[in-house]
Amino acid sequence: MKELIVIIITSALINNVVLSQFLGICPFLGVSKKVKTAASMGAAVIFVITISSFVTSIIYKLLLEPNDLSYLQTIVFILVIAALVQFVEMFLKKFSKPIYEALGVYLPLITTNCAVLGVALNNVQYGYNILESTVNGFATAVGFTISIVLMAGIREKIEHNDVPKSFQGSPIVLITAGLMAIAFIGFAGIL
Amino acid sequence: MNKYTERIYNGVVKENPTFVMMLGMCPTLAVTSSAFNGFGMGMTTMVVLVMSNLVISLLRNVIPDRVRIPAYIVVVATLVTIVQLLLQAYIPVLNELLGIYIPLIVVNCIILGRAEAYAGKHSPVLSVMDGIGMGLGFTIGLTAIGVFREILGSGSVLGYQIIPEDYHISIFVMAPGAFFVLAMLTALQNKLKAPSATNTEEKKDCADCSACALSGNCTRMNSGKGGDE
Repeated sequence: MKELIVIIITSALINNVVLSQFLGICPFLGVSKKVKTAASMGAAVIFVITISSFVTSIIYKLLLEPNDLSYLQTIVFILVIAALVQFVEMFLKKFSKPIYEALGVYLPLITTNCAVLGVALNNVQYGYNILESTVNGFATAVGFTISIVLMAGIREKIEHNDVPKSFQGSPIVLITAGLMAIAFIGFAGIL
Repeated sequence: MNKYTERIYNGVVKENPTFVMMLGMCPTLAVTSSAFNGFGMGMTTMVVLVMSNLVISLLRNVIPDRVRIPAYIVVVATLVTIVQLLLQAYIPVLNELLGIYIPLIVVNCIILGRAEAYAGKHSPVLSVMDGIGMGLGFTIGLTAIGVFREILGSGSVLGYQIIPEDYHISIFVMAPGAFFVLAMLTALQNKLKAPSATNTEEKKDCADCSACALSGNCTRMNSGKGGDE
């Protein structure tokens, strides 16, 4: 239990997936204009990464590792993730309309979110078992949601500020991200 | 300038993936803490890009249009695995430095973007030249950012100390420094391009859009998905 809590704190705050590992920068900069959309994106990412960590780690532990095929992990993981996202989308469309309507647009975008593949590869690299991988996936995605929602909140405020002309648009967003990254370094003191 | 050198010029200058198109932001931010890291990542990506352009261009009449994105992903993932195994065997230092970011080349938007925008429609030789041009452009971009961060952060160029230790700004080799350097770069571009509000606005949309990994394929992917159902 203690290990799981350590994994959660490390992945969600200290090794934040966006601000210290630079995975998922694309949606972090692209879909962080409004808190509402950012939160939906975050929810979709939590959903997909948790499931994909679970599935990829089952495949790795039960299929690839016993058969000495671990060099195939990159190919297998990316295909599993792409198929999984499609499947989740179809499943939600059929069985859970409200969730589908809230997350629908973001699901296809997630396939190429490097955070999903990154978490799957990290799970293997750190030698996590299936439970730890799933927890790690969930915590990483929570970390993503925390940072993207915070970023969206700040960006909504920035809209009302007088930003120098050359810094309007992406430069000020990147500066904000840098300052957030400095703040997140502070979490290293927790453990 | 013939059409082959034009591809190289296009990749390095006109459509430079780092400075102009703002593609592949994850590795741009993550592995540029020194010039050598940036150069290594750039060259690794270039090798994958050239090979994937070649293979996809050779297969362009074989791959059915509806499943081309998954097919491209399989080709790219295979090539990345090959390159990773080669690095593990022959340049283990680089493999350790870049770590997880080597397998993540699979989801680098430059590779899929070039496959979709160029290699899927043009002859193998032209596609290889396009891969070399884009790869060089990416390598130059990453190396340049790496040089800046290394000088500011650890006061050295390619490992040679040029600034005494008391004057290092070590934040620049850490995660936040990557964001700051890139912010300055884009701000400088905004300033130099054309300092009009509309241009800034346009640039902003553009950067936001290409920041999305699927920018190149977005509508097409959606239409392709519609076809599946």
